[in-house]
Amino acid sequence: MTVAPQTIDVPPSPSRWSRAWDNLSLVFASRIATVGLVIVLLWLVLGIVSLFWTPYPPNSSLFTQNLMPNSTNWLGTDHLGRDILSRLMAGTQVVLLKTRLPGENGWVIPGGVAVWGVIGALFFGSVLGLNAGYRGGWWDQIIMQVLDALVAFPAIVLYLVIITAFEQGDLVVVFAITVTGTPGIARLVRSLALDIKTRDYIRAAETRGESPSYIMFREILPNARGPVLVDATLRVGYAIFAIGTLGFLGIGLPPPDPDWGSMVNDARRFIFVFSWGVIPPSVAIASLVIGLNLFADGMREELGRYQK
Amino acid sequence: MTQPSAPILKVENLAVAYKVRGGEIEAVQNVSFDIHRGDSHGIVGESGCGKSTVAWAIVNFLGANGYVKRGSIKFLGQDLVGKSPEELRRLRGDQIAMVFQDPMQALNPSMRLGDQMKEVLTVHRGISESEAEDRCVDMLQRVYMPDAANVMRRYPHQISGGQQQRVVIAMALLNNPALLIMDEPTTALDVTVEAAVLDLIAELRREFDTAIMYITHNLGVVARVCSQVGVMYAGEMVERASVERIFAQPQHPYTQGLIRCIPTLGEDKASSALYPIPGRVPPPNARPAGCIYAPRCDYAQQRCRDERPALRLLADGVQVRCHFTEEIDPGQWTPPEEVEEMVETVNGQADAATPASTNNGKPILELHDLRKYYPVTGGSLRDVLGLGEKRFVKAVEGATFSVPKGSTLGIVGESGCGKSTLIKTIIGLEDSTSGQARFMSFDITEGLSERNMALIKELQMVFQNPDSTMNPSYTVGQQIGRPMVRFGTVPRSQVRDEVIKLLQSMRLGANYYDRLPRQLSGGEKQRVGIARALASRPDLILCDEPVSALDVSVQAAILNLLLDVQREQNTTMLFIAHDLSVVRFFSDNVAVMYLGQIMEIGPADAIYRPPYHPYTEALLSAVPIPDPTVKQKQIRLEGSVPSAVDPPSGCRFHTRCPRRKLLPDDGAICTRETPPWQEAGDGHRIFCHLPLETLASFDPVVESLATH
Repeated sequence: MTVAPQTIDVPPSPSRWSRAWDNLSLVFASRIATVGLVIVLLWLVLGIVSLFWTPYPPNSSLFTQNLMPNSTNWLGTDHLGRDILSRLMAGTQVVLLKTRLPGENGWVIPGGVAVWGVIGALFFGSVLGLNAGYRGGWWDQIIMQVLDALVAFPAIVLYLVIITAFEQGDLVVVFAITVTGTPGIARLVRSLALDIKTRDYIRAAETRGESPSYIMFREILPNARGPVLVDATLRVGYAIFAIGTLGFLGIGLPPPDPDWGSMVNDARRFIFVFSWGVIPPSVAIASLVIGLNLFADGMREELGRYQK
Repeated sequence: MTQPSAPILKVENLAVAYKVRGGEIEAVQNVSFDIHRGDSHGIVGESGCGKSTVAWAIVNFLGANGYVKRGSIKFLGQDLVGKSPEELRRLRGDQIAMVFQDPMQALNPSMRLGDQMKEVLTVHRGISESEAEDRCVDMLQRVYMPDAANVMRRYPHQISGGQQQRVVIAMALLNNPALLIMDEPTTALDVTVEAAVLDLIAELRREFDTAIMYITHNLGVVARVCSQVGVMYAGEMVERASVERIFAQPQHPYTQGLIRCIPTLGEDKASSALYPIPGRVPPPNARPAGCIYAPRCDYAQQRCRDERPALRLLADGVQVRCHFTEEIDPGQWTPPEEVEEMVETVNGQADAATPASTNNGKPILELHDLRKYYPVTGGSLRDVLGLGEKRFVKAVEGATFSVPKGSTLGIVGESGCGKSTLIKTIIGLEDSTSGQARFMSFDITEGLSERNMALIKELQMVFQNPDSTMNPSYTVGQQIGRPMVRFGTVPRSQVRDEVIKLLQSMRLGANYYDRLPRQLSGGEKQRVGIARALASRPDLILCDEPVSALDVSVQAAILNLLLDVQREQNTTMLFIAHDLSVVRFFSDNVAVMYLGQIMEIGPADAIYRPPYHPYTEALLSAVPIPDPTVKQKQIRLEGSVPSAVDPPSGCRFHTRCPRRKLLPDDGAICTRETPPWQEAGDGHRIFCHLPLETLASFDPVVESLATH
């Protein structure tokens, strides 16, 4: 009698590229995520274009004041006679693409205020959440009590306190977003860490005598990545909202660069004379936030399906 | 067997498909069987072969994306396929009942049991509240629920798992259904509880006029409760016969392979071998064109690869899906060479070192009176303020034993008996409360943070759950390589080669190096888990149920692999399992634990023969044996395991001990005094008041074991 060979047919292991494509195709599997991504990409592209070219200089009063949309000014002009479309495009920069450093030399770093604010929250939230979740006990008590106390302040009051304590500036807004975003992310990371630390591979790491920081950052954090990134995407949306709110209150990003919140605030003062002015920046804020939300929601759904 | 003409359930050419992203998957194909009144039809197969899907198709629980693609399901003459959801719902409640695996999920935790049961009658039958109450109590008594009237007023969490399953079964029987579908009803239960539930099911079959469809992966359970058996493989039914025929003369090569790869109670590694089935079950979208079993079949010929066999009726009502079944003689079967080789060497080794318990002599691990208590915080104000009496869960109590180098100590016991805690204490995931523990020359009473790297390196662990044993974010190679880097056993530049060498010794190819865990099957993950434990070349490996989550054919391969490792590297192992047959097969010495206390310890063959502890006796009589002809004594424990916070005084087992009556005063001494350790020779110790002569006079639980 012949004996079947002991070999098992195995598919070849996938390359880095095909893995990346797998992740990307996850986005397109969800219609919601695709729509969200398209909206976000639209604004990103507009922002990048504005770095090199806008229809007119965004800060110069070249036209008649308070014009409705027409063939020269596609979205009309504001109360100082500046082209709204150009200002809208340039307004994307401070939110998503560049952060101005303090000082006279006008240096900027890539990545917008909203993005850096969320990255900051992601960093502090992850560190605090991992320590609270993995170490437990007093670590957990102290970290979470402090963060809870922070959450107890209304976000808008926190913004006001932080910005008045320091001075107006991009980095201060980044800091404000970081402070208000950290508790939420820490809470999420903590709950994920509490779950992941019960898995056997964490026991295996412990029985190898790994240090707590290795276990937290190398064993737990990579597996918490999915939900945390989805949450971070949502938070970029909230941060854009917050920047809009601050701009509206007049304590947002400093001039001269246009930002959407300040545009709404400026137009508000003339709302009974020229009501069109508030609409383009409001729609811009809303659409970018909705885009990010749709993207995050779709991703969450797909990730959940894959984990099943 | 005389059977009435019309079957209760007749399934013909059933195919069930699930719609998934990018097409659909036929989970079940060409399944035909019928169940008659009073029959108990078993459906066995490994996980993912479509057993549950068949059951769900019958009750139309396929979910939003599943549907019956072809075939018919005739229930009492009516075709269920194509019926409206409303009609099916009425049928389900009235004529078809289903019992699921986990009773805790089948019962509503926020409703009293009585109300849940009565609802069945008041909703489907329109019976008045008070009459329903009476009938429910009556039914609970019929399933041997103690204190039935009282149980009606309780909530699900207030009764034990075995009792919950009794309630679920009683509930299923309330409407006197024509068909009772049971989907792994005892898989989540402990072996002693399982035995009692199986007794109940076997009795119901005789008493009620119900057709039972019994789904399970456990051949031992099938042998105990079924009259007919259908074996499923990769979505098809490959063999169908009476239970005696299946075990005595399995026809299909798959059934033969399945029976060869489970250890029967009483077999050990020196006298027998397990023969795993090579390869793995093909996923539903990659099934071969010919016979689905052909790629793994030892007898496959060209015709098997080209043409799919039909389910043929042989003489004596046996149905089999194989072209060449008449030509196959299981007696002529030759095991694959490598397994054969292994058996020879293991045999040789065992011969050289008899008795097994003294091989290599020197103990590597010594425990003396090791205890592990967990503090419990009470809910009262005194406890919160720290004024109340300190209470402890006594998870491990007075563990004393030594393990000789190169041998395996098996630890058995029901869930919650402290076997995992014992292992965690030894490896240092928990620090011990008191007692001494020495490993080689190291003191190991402290937790991991107090231990030095040289010690940590020598103790490694293999885990139970293949899905959580590997970190999903890292490749196989990274995970096996990490201990090598961490302990510096291999220079960094050679880690890759060393990992590949290790992978090959686990029978995984070098191409597994870059795989992520989600691309592996359960058995492969477990192999990687073993490789990772071996990477630091430890002297002691602690295995916490390494095979209990795996299918039997994979289980055999993993057990062989562990034996292989032990033979080559002379590794010492502690092996936890709840399956007594597996422990018997794998271990040189066995310890039986109950409620944190070791009740009996000694060489494996001595444990499974009188004299034994009354608890061991009860465990052995509960093991489902995959052979319907074996006679097994029925010893069933009453009640449930007491709480470890207040363990019973004296002997911890006295509340449930069926042998206590043999002592004067109905065993009053057992309630008062801690039993002595009685030496039964050859390192065999029993923790019991009963004199050794009495223990030795018990009849063996399983007949074949005595002669073995």
